[in-house]
Amino acid sequence: MTGTNLGAPAERREGRQKVTGAARYAAEYTLPGRAHAWPVPAAVPRGRVTAVDTSAALALPGVLAVLTPGDAPRLAEPEDGTLAVLQDPDVPHRGWCVALAVAETLETARAAARAVRVTYDRKPHHADFTEADPDAYEPDEAGGQAGRVERGDPEAAYAAAGVRVDVTYRVPPLHNHPMEPHASTAHWDGDRLTVYTSSQGGTAVRSVLAQLFGLDEEGITVVAEHVGGGFGSKGTPRPDVVLAAMAARHTGRPVTLALPRRYLPDVVGHRAPTVQRLRLGADPDGRLTALLHEVTTHTSRVKEFVEYAAVPSRVMYATPALRSAHRVLPLDVPSPSWMRAPGEAPGMYALESAVDELAGVLGTDPVELRIRNEPDREPASGKPFSSRHLAECLREGARRFGWAERDPRPGARREGPFLLGTGVAAATYPVQVAPSTASAQALPDGTFTVRINAADIGTGARTVLAQVAADALGVPLDRVRTEVGRSDLPPAPLAGGSMGTASWGWAVHEACAELACRLAGHTGPLPVEGIEVRADTAGKADADSPYARHAFGAQFAEVAVDTVTGETRVRRLLGVFAAGHILNARTARSQFTGAMTMGLGMALTEHSTLDAVFGDFAEPDLAAYHVPAHADVPDIEADWLDEDDPHLNPMGSKGIGEIGIVGTAAAVGNAVHHATGIRFRELPLTPDRVLTALLSEG
Amino acid sequence: MNGFAYLRPGSVQEAVEAFAGHPGAHYLAGGTNLVDLMKLGVTRPATLIDVGRLPLGTVEELPDGSLRVGATVRNSDLAADPRVRDRYPVLSQALLAGASGQLRNAATTGGNLLQRTRCPYFQDLGKPCNKREPGTGCGARQGVHRDHAVLGHSEHCVATHPSDMAVALAALDAQVELYGTDGARRVPVDDFYRLPGEHPERDTWIRPGELITGVLLPAATAGVPSAYRKARDRASYAFALASVAVVLRVADGVVDQVGIAFGALAHRPWRARHAELALLGAPAGPAAFEGAVALELAHAEPLRDNAYKVPLARNLALDVLNRLAPAPATAA
Repeated sequence: MTGTNLGAPAERREGRQKVTGAARYAAEYTLPGRAHAWPVPAAVPRGRVTAVDTSAALALPGVLAVLTPGDAPRLAEPEDGTLAVLQDPDVPHRGWCVALAVAETLETARAAARAVRVTYDRKPHHADFTEADPDAYEPDEAGGQAGRVERGDPEAAYAAAGVRVDVTYRVPPLHNHPMEPHASTAHWDGDRLTVYTSSQGGTAVRSVLAQLFGLDEEGITVVAEHVGGGFGSKGTPRPDVVLAAMAARHTGRPVTLALPRRYLPDVVGHRAPTVQRLRLGADPDGRLTALLHEVTTHTSRVKEFVEYAAVPSRVMYATPALRSAHRVLPLDVPSPSWMRAPGEAPGMYALESAVDELAGVLGTDPVELRIRNEPDREPASGKPFSSRHLAECLREGARRFGWAERDPRPGARREGPFLLGTGVAAATYPVQVAPSTASAQALPDGTFTVRINAADIGTGARTVLAQVAADALGVPLDRVRTEVGRSDLPPAPLAGGSMGTASWGWAVHEACAELACRLAGHTGPLPVEGIEVRADTAGKADADSPYARHAFGAQFAEVAVDTVTGETRVRRLLGVFAAGHILNARTARSQFTGAMTMGLGMALTEHSTLDAVFGDFAEPDLAAYHVPAHADVPDIEADWLDEDDPHLNPMGSKGIGEIGIVGTAAAVGNAVHHATGIRFRELPLTPDRVLTALLSEG
Repeated sequence: MNGFAYLRPGSVQEAVEAFAGHPGAHYLAGGTNLVDLMKLGVTRPATLIDVGRLPLGTVEELPDGSLRVGATVRNSDLAADPRVRDRYPVLSQALLAGASGQLRNAATTGGNLLQRTRCPYFQDLGKPCNKREPGTGCGARQGVHRDHAVLGHSEHCVATHPSDMAVALAALDAQVELYGTDGARRVPVDDFYRLPGEHPERDTWIRPGELITGVLLPAATAGVPSAYRKARDRASYAFALASVAVVLRVADGVVDQVGIAFGALAHRPWRARHAELALLGAPAGPAAFEGAVALELAHAEPLRDNAYKVPLARNLALDVLNRLAPAPATAA
C-alpha cells in the first residue's frame, strides 16, 4: 500500500505542457480549412433589428458568410435564453449578438463584422439598478433553494433585541474574466458534430447542443482538454459554442469563435450587484436573538438569475429568529450568472461585516463573538452538521496571525502616513456532490488508466484523480494515467459548485476499488485489452444526507491605508480552512490562495460599472477591470485543519475551489475599519471612496 | 481584413517624405497603443510608416548640459539611464509608474507622448465620442466618468491624457523635437498638448506629417530635486487617478525654482502655473505650498462622480512638495 497518494503535494501532470505552450486550448485546434468567426454586438440597449446589410462585409475578400437573425440555422428553443442566438430580431440588451461574420482569417472576420450595417428600431430601456424599484419581486428560488426562509418571528425578535445593528452593504457587478476567453472550434462531418470548447463541463455542452441542433448525443463529441479558467462563467455552455456550431454548419467549414475580451462582459455572465440589508439583534452577552438578511439584486430580461447572497445566513450562526430573503429586479442588462462562490462571496461579505459591526457595538472581540454564536445544528434546516470546525479555524488563525496582540481600538495604529488595521471574517461553502461515472482499466504492463469526462480548468483535477485512483488501487501514483476532458469518456458533472473532485473522485474511487477486488481474484497474466471496470454513483452521490454539510474557514487580513491618497493595500492575508481531507496539498494551496486573491480584488480593486445610459459595462478589458496585480498581493498564506468527516464521500473531502474567496472581502473591509475607524459599506475600497471618507470623517 | 501598407524608411527625411506621399499614413513605433487602436477599429491607417528602427535610439549629453533623448528610446531604457535617474529622478519615477514591464520594454519616448486617451467611450465604436468621431457627442460627460478630467475640459470632451512620462516632462520644461517637411522645430511639452475645446479630436499641436525625433531635457532643471507620485486603483499596471510631478529648488528657505504638473486631471499634463507663480520667491513651507496648490485647484470643475480628484491631487502635490523642500535650518 502506498498510503501517501492522497494528500501528497503531487505536481500538476500537465504543468510542463502548459508552461511550454504544448497544451492545446479550444481555439488552437487548427483543423484543415478552419475559418474564424467574429460577433457583431448590438449597439442599442434594447430594441429590434430591422435590417442587416451584409453587402459591404461580404464584398471583402476572404469573407465566407455573415449569419444574421434572418438566415442563421434554426435552433430548438433552449432552456437557457442566452443561447437563443440569432433566432429572432429582438435585442434584449447591448452587446447581444446580432450577427456573426465568418472568414478565412481572424482579421478578416473582424473587419467583416465591423462592415456589417445593422439598423435598429430602438426602444426605451431601463438599466438603472435601485433597490426601491417597484418592479423588484421575490423569486421562488434563489440558487436552487427557497428564495425566502424564515424561522421564528424575526421582526419582533429584532425589535425586542437589546443590542441592534441595522446596516446595508453593497457589492457592485463583478466579472469572472478567466485568462482564456470563451472559445470554441466546431466541425461537422455530415451530421456528426465535434466541438473543442473552453468549458467547465463538457457533458452538459453535449446535451445542450444535442437539444438545440436536434441531434443524438452520440453524434456529438465535445473536447475540453485544457481550460484556462472559468470561475463559473464556463459552468454551462455559453453562446460561443452555439455560434461556432451554427457557423460551421452554415459554411461547411470548421469554425473557431474566440470571443474577444471586450465582448465577454456582456455575453458570458457577471456577478449581479447586490444591496444587502442586515439586521442583527443580540442580547448583551452577544448572543444573536435575530438575524435578518434581505438581498436585492438584478437580473436580465433574458432569464432569471438570482445572486443568492442571503443563503449563507441560513448556515452560519445560532439564532432563534431568522429571515433570509431575496428580491430581484429585471432590467435591460446583460444576463448575470455564476461567479466564484455565487451567493456566499457577496453574502458573507455583508454578513461578516455586519457581525464585525456588532462586535464593535458590544465591545466584544470579533473572533470571540463568532465562537459564541456557533450553532449546534444548522439554523435553517435543524440538521446536525456532518463536521464543523469554524471555531477551530478562527482560533488557529488568530494564533498564527498574532490576533491576541491586537489593540481593538479603531484608528490606533499609525505608521507615518499609513493607518494600519487587522480584520477577521468567517468563510463557508456548501458541500455539493453529483452523480458521476468513471472507468478504471488495468493493463498487462502493470499500469492503469482512469477515464472520466471531468474538466481540468486549471485546478489540477487530472492529478488529484490519479491520486484518488492510486490510493484506491494501492499502487504508486506514476502507474496511473488519467484521461479527462472528452465526451467519449464516461459522463461526469461539471467543475462547478466546488463539487468536481468530490463527484468525480467518488466514481473513480468506486471503479478503482472494484477493479482492485477483481485483480485480487484474478490469477495469471491479464488479457491484452486489460480488465476494465465502470462505476456509476447515481443514487449514492445524490442521496439525501441527514447532515448539513459545509466547509468552513477563517480569514485574517492586515491592511495599510494611505491617508495621503486613500490607497488601501493588503499587507498580509491568512486563511485557515476546514474542508475535510485535503487531497493534494500543492494544488489545494493554489486554489485557496488564488481564491483569496480574487477576494482581495473584490475588496479593493474589482468592479464593473453598469452604464445606465448605454446599458452595458464601462470596463470591457483587463486594463480597465482591475484584477489584483502581483504587487497587490505581497504576503498570502493558506492552510487547513485536516477534518475527519465520514459523511461525505469515500475520500472524505469537501470542495475547495470557492471557499477561499468567501469572507476575504469582509476581512479586508473589517481591517480597513480597524485602521481608519470608518465603516465602508460599498465595495470596492478604491482611493476615491476611501480618501473622500477620510477627509469628511477624519 | 483592413489592409494597410507598411513602410520602413531608413531616415527621418525619408519618413516624413513617405508620410507626405501616403494619404492616411500613421507613424508606428512601439505599437503598444496604436496596434490596439487598430484592432478596435478606432484608428484605421492606410499606411504604417515604421519609425521604430530609425537611428533615434540614444540618450546624448549636449554641450550646454542638457540631455537629448531620441524618440525611439524605450521607456524602460530611459527610466534606467543613470543620467536620467541622477539628474531627472521625476522622469525615471514617472516612467516606472506607468504600464507594465513588458509594455515599457516596447513603448518609445515619442510614442508615449502621442498615446491616446483610454476613455472607454473613445475606445468603443458603438458609442458617441467627439474625440474619435467629431460631432457624435460625449458619452462620458453624463456617463461613467470617475477617471475623467476635472480641469480644462469642454462640453465636447472630458477625457484625460494617460501618460505618466509626459507629466514629468511638463514639469521639467522639456521640449519636443519635431521634424516635418517644413524643417525642424522645438516645442515645450507644455505647449505641445491641447485642451479639448471645440476640437477634442486633436490631442496636440503637432502638424500633419511631423515626426517626433526626440525630447530635450534642459540643463536648467538638471540636478534640481524632483519627484513623481501617482495614485491608482491597484499597486501596479493601472492608469493614474491623479498624479503629480514636482521640480523644486529652495535656496535660503525661499523657492528658487519650481515646476509642478498634474496628471490624469485634464486633457493634457496640467502645468500648475498659478501655483508656481505663487511659490516663486515665497518661503518654502507647508503653508505656502498649501496656498499655492489651492490656488491652482480652485480652477477645477469636477463632474458628477470625480470630485475626489481635487483633494487627491492636492494631497499628492503637498506630499511631494513637502518631501522635496529641505527641512528648515534649526536656529542655533
